[in-house]
Amino acid sequence: MTFRKYLVLAGVAVFGSVGDSLLSRGMKEVGNISIHNLQAVFLAVRDPWIISGILLLFAFFAAYMTALSWADLTYVLPATSVGYVLLALIAKFILHEQVTPGRWLGILLITAGVGFVAGGPALTHAGHHDQLADHAEVASVGGKS
Amino acid sequence: MKHAYTWGAIAVIVVASVTGDVLMSRAMKQVGDVGELWRKRGMLVVIGRVLRHPYFVLGILAMAIAFFSLLFGLSWGDVSLVAPATASLTFVGNAAAAKVLRHEHVDQRRWIAACLVACGVALLAA
Repeated sequence: MTFRKYLVLAGVAVFGSVGDSLLSRGMKEVGNISIHNLQAVFLAVRDPWIISGILLLFAFFAAYMTALSWADLTYVLPATSVGYVLLALIAKFILHEQVTPGRWLGILLITAGVGFVAGGPALTHAGHHDQLADHAEVASVGGKS
Repeated sequence: MKHAYTWGAIAVIVVASVTGDVLMSRAMKQVGDVGELWRKRGMLVVIGRVLRHPYFVLGILAMAIAFFSLLFGLSWGDVSLVAPATASLTFVGNAAAAKVLRHEHVDQRRWIAACLVACGVALLAA
């Protein structure tokens, strides 16, 4: 794992959590969507908070895809869950929200989970086999052309 | 009734998210290390290889379903229920799916990590 790769994992955590918060803010502004008026969900996409959220989620997506290209799914997901901790800390120290003992325990569990997975290898055998299979596929296509 | 809609949306989000994650993981493993490919072949080759991959397209479809279900879920239920419930269930679902469908080596360490994160996220909603 290089510094660049840790930076990509940090990008997944930050862009994902901030993007979700913006979407939540936007949907609260749009209001409840009735089951009889489902197309209203498409109108919600015009809301500036939703647009900002979607833009950040695009950045999240690019970082997420990059991480998945060199690490297992079961490594990337827990490793990037540090975003939840980040959100709780922002809520406490910037938004001055009350963080209950239960939430601090939640933060502790997530941090422990991140520590557990970060100590292990990022990629196990399956990914390597996929790459080998793909290289063989590319070679055979190249041979045909 | 609204409660049932919220949990229905949560179920759809979890299934669609896990499906999307597994498909994306498979697509990106076959594309290879994006950073390395970018340096050797350039940005357009990377984008072309990713966008033309069939598993990527299917993954996008599954994630689009998850995204719109999330919008419905957020409009019916509180974000403090919908976001942590979907995230924690998706963590455990992904660990099981990655083991069965992706043949990832989900050892004790990764199971513990997935469960710790899932419990932690659930507690954040308390």
